[in-house]
Amino acid sequence: MTATGAAARAQLLADAIAGKFPDEGGRYGPFGGRYVPETLIPAIERLEAGLREHLHAADFQRELADELRSWVGRPTALTHAPRLGARWGADVWLKREDLAHTGAHKINNAIGQALLAKRLGARRVVAETGAGQHGVASAAACARVGLPCTVYMGAVDMERQAPNVGRMRLLGAEVVAVTTGDRTLRAAVDEALRDWVTDPLGTYYLLGSAIGPHPYPYLVRELQTVIGREARAQLLERAGALPDALIACVGGGSNSIGLFHPFIADAAVEILGIEAGGRGPALGENSATLALGRPGVLQGTYSLLLQDEHGQIQETHSVSAGLDYPGVGPEHALLQAAGRVSYEAVSDTEALAAVQECCEAEGILPALESAHALAGARRWAQAHPGKRILIGLSGRGDKDMPTLQSTLIVQLEAGRP
Amino acid sequence: MTAPANVPVAHERIGAAIRAAAAHGPALVAFMTAGFPRREQFRVQLAAVADAADVVEIGVPFTDPMADGVTIQRSSREALAQGVTLAWILDELAAMPPVPAPLLLMSYLNPLLSYGYAALAAAAERARVAGFIVPDLPFDEGGELAAALEARGIALVQMATPVTTRERLAKVCGASRGFVYAVTMTGTTGRNVAVPDDVLAYLGRVRAVSRVPVCAGFGIRSREQVERLAGHVDGVVVGSALVEVLERGEDPAAWLRALRPTRA
Repeated sequence: MTATGAAARAQLLADAIAGKFPDEGGRYGPFGGRYVPETLIPAIERLEAGLREHLHAADFQRELADELRSWVGRPTALTHAPRLGARWGADVWLKREDLAHTGAHKINNAIGQALLAKRLGARRVVAETGAGQHGVASAAACARVGLPCTVYMGAVDMERQAPNVGRMRLLGAEVVAVTTGDRTLRAAVDEALRDWVTDPLGTYYLLGSAIGPHPYPYLVRELQTVIGREARAQLLERAGALPDALIACVGGGSNSIGLFHPFIADAAVEILGIEAGGRGPALGENSATLALGRPGVLQGTYSLLLQDEHGQIQETHSVSAGLDYPGVGPEHALLQAAGRVSYEAVSDTEALAAVQECCEAEGILPALESAHALAGARRWAQAHPGKRILIGLSGRGDKDMPTLQSTLIVQLEAGRP
Repeated sequence: MTAPANVPVAHERIGAAIRAAAAHGPALVAFMTAGFPRREQFRVQLAAVADAADVVEIGVPFTDPMADGVTIQRSSREALAQGVTLAWILDELAAMPPVPAPLLLMSYLNPLLSYGYAALAAAAERARVAGFIVPDLPFDEGGELAAALEARGIALVQMATPVTTRERLAKVCGASRGFVYAVTMTGTTGRNVAVPDDVLAYLGRVRAVSRVPVCAGFGIRSREQVERLAGHVDGVVVGSALVEVLERGEDPAAWLRALRPTRA
């Protein structure tokens, strides 16, 4: 790295720690921004004004805190995991977002945005979903606040996350199969944006990850930092110290930014984001955007992307539908550029092994997404013996039963490990 | 339609072509996805479209065309499947005989970013491209690209919509070169819509603040619509309907001519 490069990096880090991002233009250093059709600008400006008015207002925060406590079931537990710890040679702690209502961290964002949609006078809500967790969370949150909800879901994801499709419908949402594009999360985002464009002022777009045009990455972060705030206080109380390493999985990056953000200024805490390495490092075989991508604009934000040399977005692969996305939130791109967070990939196989290990050792069935964090933590623990590790267990694995049935369970039934 | 002669700056050729046509009713700004339905037909199709239209927008295919409806999504996907890229389009344009109508490229931002703005402006000049339309680049994020293009006299066309605020409309029109692309309905491209009175009022607001011509687009597919817009706009953009004509293998020039209001 050149001296100028090092200085620029140090400045980005200092600004990140000082809480300067996003700036006025919705930028996180060079990343972020608001790359949307002109048609959406009024809706986005209205959302931005709505955030300024409500998000940190005492009455909104009171209402949100009450819903988080009495309906979502927060605070979620911090679970000590001594048997995983014994296997790995580490002191392991799990932040249990799998225990939140609807089974994943997605609900923190969904209920917050649904309350906001209500305050902004929206007549209906649209959402996209990959694994179905955000769709279920949105459907539940919309039912809770009394707004009709339409969820766009890629046809490929509907197949591999079938249980969640039924749940969304039971919760009163209309689920629309997306058969265009790659038929996964990215196509679902495109379709939700197209819907929003047709009625930008009456429709509220409830985006599920820390991606998209400003102010979404900021809004989603603010609604998800409850994970990190709780975990930090819980660990300080229980272990009397901060973790040596903080680890979460990264697809679009909402559970991870929520866990990481309250620890950014804690210089002694090493932070590691785990991406989906899929079947390997070749283009199209994984969803490891931060590890393997280059900068570009997709779905409203300038961040890292998996793309070819012509700037065409690449199809991605992961055993985990929730990580199967060719972009990543702009704040993660910043944290990587600033050297504050390292990002690594683990393979489908490693993630599946981590599901089984967590089930056996701790009696917890983690989501395939969260299993990537567990696999990354195991690897880190083996390289750094005797350390304290805090892992974001972002969701539960019930929704993955069709995938697990055809992989792990088939092997178990065949008597193989 | 003949190209206006001796206009030195590329983006001024666009406005001049629109104004020259507008004496006889709205100018026709025709959109075609490059290389759709067949890559080998690109030059022939472009020549035919450019012969009947006043300005031609050439769509650069992209994997994630979020502002487009089903027709252009499909054409974009099929063009990509045939290996159509921005570089190929620029090479084809540079190699083919000049066409009478000024050409614009319509592209989502990422292929342009990937090409590099300085290289893009140079290649676009060689390819006789007079302007760009970038649907996911609102003017407040577009300074860098606009500057690179402006250095070579190439337009970056801005879009206005019925929901654009008065303050923003003035900025959009002030930043636009070539023409202002006035979206006449809130939504993605390709739907047939009637033209209600409030749309005409909106087009009047855009024209009142714009120094460059105003062209209305999205959802235009019939002569009745074009006639209804006559006197309210300088031109109309015809997109999805023309792509469907090309898809069906019909004569684009004849179809475009039939859109023009009947003249004496």
